[in-house]
Amino acid sequence: MADIRKLVRLLNELDEELVCCTRCGMCQAACPLYGETGRETDVARGKLVLVENLSKEILDNPEAVKERLDRCLLCGSCEAACPSGVKILDIFLKARAIITGYLGLSPVKKAIFRGFLSNPDRFDRLLRWMARIQGPFSKQIDETLGSSCARFMSPVIGDRHYLPLAKTAWHKHAHRRFKRPNHSGPKVAFYPGCLIDKVLPRVGDAAMRVFDYHQVDVFVADQVPCCGIPALAAGDRQTFEQLVRKNIQIFESVDYDYLITPCATCTSTIKKLWPLMTENFPAALREKVLAISEKTRDINEFLVDVVNIQPIGDQPISEKRVTYHDPCHLKKSLGIFSQPRAVLSALPDREFVEMREADRCCGMGGSFNLQHYDISRKIGQKKSSRIIESGADVVATGCPACMMQITDLLSHAGCGIAVKHPVELYAEALDKMGETEAAAHTPASEAKAK
Amino acid sequence: MPNKHLIKEFEKQIGRQNVMAEEADRQAYAYDSAVLDAVVPALVIRPTTTEELGQTVRLCHRHGLPLTVRGSGTNLSGGTIPSSTESVVIVTNALAEIIEINAQDMYGVVQPGVITANFAAAAAEKGLFYPPDPGSQTVSTIGGNVAENAGGLRGLKYGVTKDYVMGIEFFDAAGELVKSGSRTVKCATGFNLTDLMVGSEGLLGVYSQITLKLIPPPKAQQAMMAVFDSVEKASETVSAIIASQIIPCTLEFLDNFTIRTVEDFRQAGLPVDAEALLLIEVDGHPAEVEDDAAQIKELCTRQGATKIQMAQSAAEKDLIWQARRDALPALARLKPTTVLEDATVPRSKIPEMVKRINEIGKKYHITIGTFGHAGDGNLHPTILTDKRNHEEFSRVEQAIDEIFETALSLGGTLSGEHGIGLAKSKYLENETSRGTILYSRRLKKALDPKNILNPGKMIGEG
Ligand SMILES: Cc1cc2nc3c(=O)[nH]c(=O)nc-3n(C[C@H](O)[C@H](O)[C@H](O)COP(=O)(O)OP(=O)(O)OC[C@H]3O[C@@H](n4cnc5c(N)ncnc54)[C@H](O)[C@@H]3O)c2cc1C
Ligand code: SF4
Ligand code: SF4
Repeated sequence: MADIRKLVRLLNELDEELVCCTRCGMCQAACPLYGETGRETDVARGKLVLVENLSKEILDNPEAVKERLDRCLLCGSCEAACPSGVKILDIFLKARAIITGYLGLSPVKKAIFRGFLSNPDRFDRLLRWMARIQGPFSKQIDETLGSSCARFMSPVIGDRHYLPLAKTAWHKHAHRRFKRPNHSGPKVAFYPGCLIDKVLPRVGDAAMRVFDYHQVDVFVADQVPCCGIPALAAGDRQTFEQLVRKNIQIFESVDYDYLITPCATCTSTIKKLWPLMTENFPAALREKVLAISEKTRDINEFLVDVVNIQPIGDQPISEKRVTYHDPCHLKKSLGIFSQPRAVLSALPDREFVEMREADRCCGMGGSFNLQHYDISRKIGQKKSSRIIESGADVVATGCPACMMQITDLLSHAGCGIAVKHPVELYAEALDKMGETEAAAHTPASEAKAK
Repeated sequence: MPNKHLIKEFEKQIGRQNVMAEEADRQAYAYDSAVLDAVVPALVIRPTTTEELGQTVRLCHRHGLPLTVRGSGTNLSGGTIPSSTESVVIVTNALAEIIEINAQDMYGVVQPGVITANFAAAAAEKGLFYPPDPGSQTVSTIGGNVAENAGGLRGLKYGVTKDYVMGIEFFDAAGELVKSGSRTVKCATGFNLTDLMVGSEGLLGVYSQITLKLIPPPKAQQAMMAVFDSVEKASETVSAIIASQIIPCTLEFLDNFTIRTVEDFRQAGLPVDAEALLLIEVDGHPAEVEDDAAQIKELCTRQGATKIQMAQSAAEKDLIWQARRDALPALARLKPTTVLEDATVPRSKIPEMVKRINEIGKKYHITIGTFGHAGDGNLHPTILTDKRNHEEFSRVEQAIDEIFETALSLGGTLSGEHGIGLAKSKYLENETSRGTILYSRRLKKALDPKNILNPGKMIGEG
């Protein structure tokens, strides 16, 4: 085990950030976890105090700090609400990496991250194998949502209503090269992210449909390494860095204007965490990281701000309603909330309605859901009641992880509300509009390049 | 390390999950929002029922353990910093039930851990209005508000927390339940223990239930912003408005430094050259609001306002108040440590006070932004510093001493709304008298002979 002095020294480097917390406690109102437990160690203020105390040797128990630091959705609600502008998530992630570096990664996580996640081919094979065996163990439970539950008691899955794994990863059959090298419209590299690739391929298909309609030239790589957030959240900086390098390798030889992702979490990881956590990369590599992160856009943002999509058809009054859940990684981390709403307002056959507290975290929080399913579900139940109360028959959201969590919640509630990505709904509308009418609408040649 | 038997006993009575004995947990209850040193308690208890709350107090009493009640720990005077490492911290945030909102008789009954904004929202849902609105209302608890006698932006017209407390049930030092006040508008039964409890900062009893007055909401509002090229003109306008017998619901002041900081932060188009801004809102019956607003506008012009902007829509009104809401966040971002003070002077002394605060800032070479509730004389000189810089911080401490001396010399008070706690107990005698301290200590001693209720706060060691 490493030297405790080194741990203290590394944590001390966070002091400049830590000292900005004035202990005002305003993060309490925003934190979904604190909202359930009321424990000071669950809210940002308490966690920051523990990290600071560990770094000042007022507390000498890194295990205790790690345990409390890990109880967090990393949703960033606290940071968005913090009057002092404390970079809470940066501190949390860096502190997790430092403490994990000192304590070591748990054997299970080590096996998953270093054995599979960091090796995309092996990861794909594992999931293909799991997809094959999942059949006999699960049964479909909700047709609208496409959710399943475990057929037998399973300690891992518990009572979850989950979306089954895709038979093959989406990118295996979707990969493509730019078709029109000299074409004037935007050229995008599409990055589906693990969840869309392996659980929600329909979203990837929808994105392609939309790009084709707007004549956006697309590149899809034949390998999809993870963006690294699961590893980073677990404090495994080594795997994270490996994944960033792998991704850079794939995209460095491609000449694209934007890197588009339909996953809020991937977008915010690439845009914010890649630059944050690669400060020690060699200069040349670091430049590539910054370049890719600079070009990265959320797909809603791209469609509205770059492609400039317009309402489809005459917006007939409809009984059907769609509401929207703000993924934390889009709204709180990147400030993107008007664009997905603009996409939904463009739909011809649905009225857009706001739910209350649309930006309240759904409780997923990546692996938080695995480790603290009960709390995750309690937080989520507030979300599902807001969705139901909105009267919508579809809830849209721009993050596949939120989609999974909300699917689980709504499937349990059995309320017949579907969960979709805004891009899916937009693609469906394009399909419905039919070919003839389609010709009359904005083609991408009008779209602003860059 | 807390005593094992003691922990067992608490666990047996209160339930294991509500007793926090691990060091890491206890460290998270060692501080509040005041810039003071932390003190780690021996044990943290989070009762989930009134019975458990009483049980906890009784156990502390039996073992002679000092106890500090904690709502959300947002007070700015050190009131929830444990008195010693022997202390038990009692967290009330699991006691968060709104027991009743009675629209017919216009009152509400709550447990102490109810969040202020939640209570106000629940009252609003029934068409009623709970005016006290501390800046921390989305997190602070009613119990904490009552114990600090918290105020807010609407204090000028609607008063502060004490004006809404009709009754309090509390546990005394021995854990005996005491009931005071009632649900009726009038109540002359017994000693007025309710008023004794308001502002008692956890020294005289542990609230278990609070009855609060509700009022009908105003039917109309009008907000406006008046721009001034001198602090004197702005503060004379405040006096003029009050003298004209119009009581705005809110009358807030921002100094030039705060204006510029807010503008850098939000770019909302604030006049950065202005020496001072007044943000004013009148409310009431629509006709009256229209009248009052016109009259205030005229008054401001007469007093030399260079510009007056009336909010024409909800969005414009929001923009005006956003400037005020941004004051603290914007200032807090400039430097690591923010010391938010609470000196209050008679309204006519505001120009003098603002001037003296600026002089004090210059004298000690420190940055002070001043904003606050001009309408009630409650200013928030906000000192921006870095507590790691010991040399600078000692100048800050001297400046704070001088700010309070000044406020007192102008006939003011140490605290408009944040309480005395640990932070200001050393000045208390200056405002009051030796006799006051002794009287208070005798009172405390009589009610709490073992001196276990938040000892050492406000009136010092007995
Ligand atoms: C950003 C910010 C803005 C603020 N704005 C304002 C403002 O505008 N106006 C204002 O007045 N204050 C303001 N404050 C100060 C603070 O929010 C108030 O003092 C508030 O009332 C404290 O509530 P709390 O629940 O956090 O109480 P705590 O800080 O937990 O406790 C405060 C005191 O109450 C006692 N106490 C709590 N519960 C009980 C109980 N059940 N029985 C007996 N004693 C109890 C505690 O022992 C302590 O002495 C602000 C603070 C911050 C950080
Ligand atoms: S809101 Fe920000 S400054 Fe306030 S306690 Fe939380 S982290 Fe600290
Ligand atoms: S990131 Fe989310 S869960 Fe974690 S402390 Fe902040 S608000 Fe709470």
